[in-house]
Amino acid sequence: MKKRFRSQPGPLAVFYAILVYIFLYLPVAVVIVFSFNTSERNIVFQGFTLSWYKTMFSNSELMWAFRNTLIVAAVSTAVSTVLGTLCAVGMQRFEFKLKKAFNSALYIPIVIPELVFGVAFLAFFSLVHVDMSMATLIISHVTFSMPFVEVTVRSRLSGMDPSIREAAMDLGAGEVHTFFRVILPTISPAVISGAMLALTLSLDDVVVSYFTAGPNSETLPLMIMGMVKKGISPDVNALSTLMILGTFFILFFSTRIQRKLENS
Amino acid sequence: MKKKNKEALPRGFMIGPAMAWLALFLLLPLGYIVVISFLQKNAYGGVILHFSLASYRSLLHAAYLKVFAESFLLAFETTVLCLLVGYPMAYIIAKSPEHLRAVMVLFMMLPFWINSMIRIYGWSTLLRNQGVINWILIHLGVISQPLGMLYTDGTVLLGMVYDLLPFAVLPMYTSIEKLDPFLLEAASDLGAGKMHTFLKVTLPLTSPGLFAATIQTFIPALGLFYISDMMGGAKKMYIGNLIKNQFLSARNWPLGAALSILLIAVTLFLVGLYSRVGKMEDIV
Amino acid sequence: MEDKKIIVRLRGVVKRFDGDVVVNHLDLDIREGEFLTVLGPSGCGKTTTLRMLAGFETPDEGTVELEGKDVVGIPPNERDVNTVFQNYALFPHMTIEDNIAFGLVEKKVPKKEIRERVQEMVKLVRLEGMEKRKPSQLSGGQKQRVAIARALINNPKILLLDEPLGALDLKLRKQMQQELKYLQKKLGITFLYVTHDQEEALLMSDRIVVMHDGRVEQIGTPEEVYNHPKTKYVAEFIGASNLLEGYVTEIEGGRMTFSFEFGKINLKSRGFKMEEMFYLCVRPENLRMSQCPVEHFHIRGRVTEVVFAGSVNRTFVRLVNGQVLRAESQPDVEIYPVGTLVYVYWNPDKCSFLHTQEDQIYDVIEEEIDKTLEEEANVSIDDVLPSE
Repeated sequence: MKKRFRSQPGPLAVFYAILVYIFLYLPVAVVIVFSFNTSERNIVFQGFTLSWYKTMFSNSELMWAFRNTLIVAAVSTAVSTVLGTLCAVGMQRFEFKLKKAFNSALYIPIVIPELVFGVAFLAFFSLVHVDMSMATLIISHVTFSMPFVEVTVRSRLSGMDPSIREAAMDLGAGEVHTFFRVILPTISPAVISGAMLALTLSLDDVVVSYFTAGPNSETLPLMIMGMVKKGISPDVNALSTLMILGTFFILFFSTRIQRKLENS
Repeated sequence: MKKKNKEALPRGFMIGPAMAWLALFLLLPLGYIVVISFLQKNAYGGVILHFSLASYRSLLHAAYLKVFAESFLLAFETTVLCLLVGYPMAYIIAKSPEHLRAVMVLFMMLPFWINSMIRIYGWSTLLRNQGVINWILIHLGVISQPLGMLYTDGTVLLGMVYDLLPFAVLPMYTSIEKLDPFLLEAASDLGAGKMHTFLKVTLPLTSPGLFAATIQTFIPALGLFYISDMMGGAKKMYIGNLIKNQFLSARNWPLGAALSILLIAVTLFLVGLYSRVGKMEDIV
Repeated sequence: MEDKKIIVRLRGVVKRFDGDVVVNHLDLDIREGEFLTVLGPSGCGKTTTLRMLAGFETPDEGTVELEGKDVVGIPPNERDVNTVFQNYALFPHMTIEDNIAFGLVEKKVPKKEIRERVQEMVKLVRLEGMEKRKPSQLSGGQKQRVAIARALINNPKILLLDEPLGALDLKLRKQMQQELKYLQKKLGITFLYVTHDQEEALLMSDRIVVMHDGRVEQIGTPEEVYNHPKTKYVAEFIGASNLLEGYVTEIEGGRMTFSFEFGKINLKSRGFKMEEMFYLCVRPENLRMSQCPVEHFHIRGRVTEVVFAGSVNRTFVRLVNGQVLRAESQPDVEIYPVGTLVYVYWNPDKCSFLHTQEDQIYDVIEEEIDKTLEEEANVSIDDVLPSE
């Protein structure tokens, strides 16, 4: 019914939108195209090959970084999703003394520049004499992604009818049953979006990882960062292309699952 | 009384872990940074437990002031460009047919789901002296010498805008989308011209979105050190690089900490301003 | 009715939210098997009362007894009480079947029995064939039936209904009112029904509790609260009322004379004392009009507005003192156009009386005076005693 009043975008608007999208996708396209290039230098497209998709597996440094990236992303996503979801449900449900202060604390990682966290972690871990490793990397990732999960889930909860929870209790369900039988299924689309957000934040992170990764826990973004100036071999392009595909894949399926949950 | 006891268990179980986590891994490290900023550095890159305001005083050195000025200028330019490019885009998305809107937003955010290092690397492939653009231009005979595009102030700005544009578009889109079309109808019905309607109705009503977009671009722009490292060739020093260097190479932690506190202060100031016009939830 | 067992007993119940008293020393008995309606405007404390019974709120003072057992502090999931929520509160991710079965699954009833009882309930609320649907695929009325079935399947000691028909349109609401009443009679389950709709309350209830500002104004059968309102508030809240203030000037042989601004009326004595002030309350449908004086009535007024309201015509008459009376007449009765001078009258047996609330007002003032005196006393004692 609102549609009637919306004027359709004109040709100029369409042109503008296309330009913006080209701007956004140009560098991505370049990476993908050059992953199929026979030349080792990413300058001119000389011929089509799939060989980089084979050779990348023998690049042990690259594979190690890839493995680290996946482990850190998986573990930190799982931890921050569980912590963030529980916290969101609790924050929505209970009133307590420190709630306001805690709420502000939750927003700190969202608004403050990542760099500050990076150096804070660096200083903190050296203070408590913990060497940088996968563990410190995961801890730092959970810290900055958990608030995003919390906020995503809580915004869904605030749109949820509070009497649904009361109805469950009214029908004889205790706290635990109410959570698992009613609340969690109702908020699951938000939990999935929160988890997706945590996953990409972790996969993408450079700034915090730069300070909290140990010598043996270098992640793919860190490795690429080190290689950019020297020039990157096309097997990195190939792996990146696969990761882009993977991202699309995950995104596609998570939105489908979400839509399914939403429609139910 | 009874009720409180019954609630204590689930409450502790639900909020406790997150609270403990943030206290341990967020507040303690940040608190430690505050402490460090008031200490003295020792010769080996550590700190001496001796109260000092030296690092804050040294922030006033001309060299650092120049760094701040350059950083704020870059962040400001980035923000202005993001808003200028992003607002029309947000407007176009918001005014598109409903079924297209979701897709357009998705494609706006997709690059953000792809590793930023990979995308920056894509840019450097395009812009290098032996890069794609120069190669094309030379072969077309437009230029004879490669244009030195990479490692300039311009490419740093380009990289910043590129990295932050989606975060500017999204909050603006949200607030434009919420705009009641009947209001615009009413304005034009009352005889306001298109430009006038925009300036007097649309812009003020979408200002929370504009402000959120500003925060979403300005604050990260202050802290992103890798773009200037990779696309600016680290020729110019920005506050982000400065902090990084104090902790990693120069090993002057108190100074790095004081700089971080400065960043936090700027952030809190902007967020404080924002909280007067909009909801915190909308920033995310 | 009177000797039925009392199933719920509330005594001196007080509930405050942020210092505001929402329920104020409430006493209430609910009898087994009755359809009791709590009626009042929004903010009168009726929903809070229901929520204290359900266990969602804990009273600050007083006791809530369910079958003689104090249930204050017992969480909702451990009470044999079920609620039908205002906005249904169906579980969006479950089918209708699973929604209805929820309570039985919690009680670990065997699967086979659950299936049978759900089927029974589905039939009772006439939702056959909808079992596998999700709540989002149902209409408002169907959702409401699911909500009722979901609660009733647990055989609650008492079913609490919080404005269950508020979201439905008029026609559906009428139909659901009948269905609910039928269900209640058939199952014999005690219903506590909360509504702000006086018509609904009159139509469905065995007894009505009229609440106002956290207090009970009157408890009685629909007939009692309508025909014999005890307070001005009840008279004006339930149906429209024309109130005329006056006092007793004569009592003689079972009859009395009521004197008011517009004259005197001879009425059956109802235990009023001489000089006692009270309101005479005439329902609009009992108010008649005529263009010439009738008997001893001389209440003259001018018609200011005539409203056609479907089944009745509503006429507003302004009296000399500015008070506006409201009359309702059947469409076949002659109506007077706006501006006509009319005499209003009524059958003296078809009016009720209520005490003016002056006594109560005095009570409050006295209480406050006591309080300030007390406070002053406290202060002076503290001041006089030397501090050591």
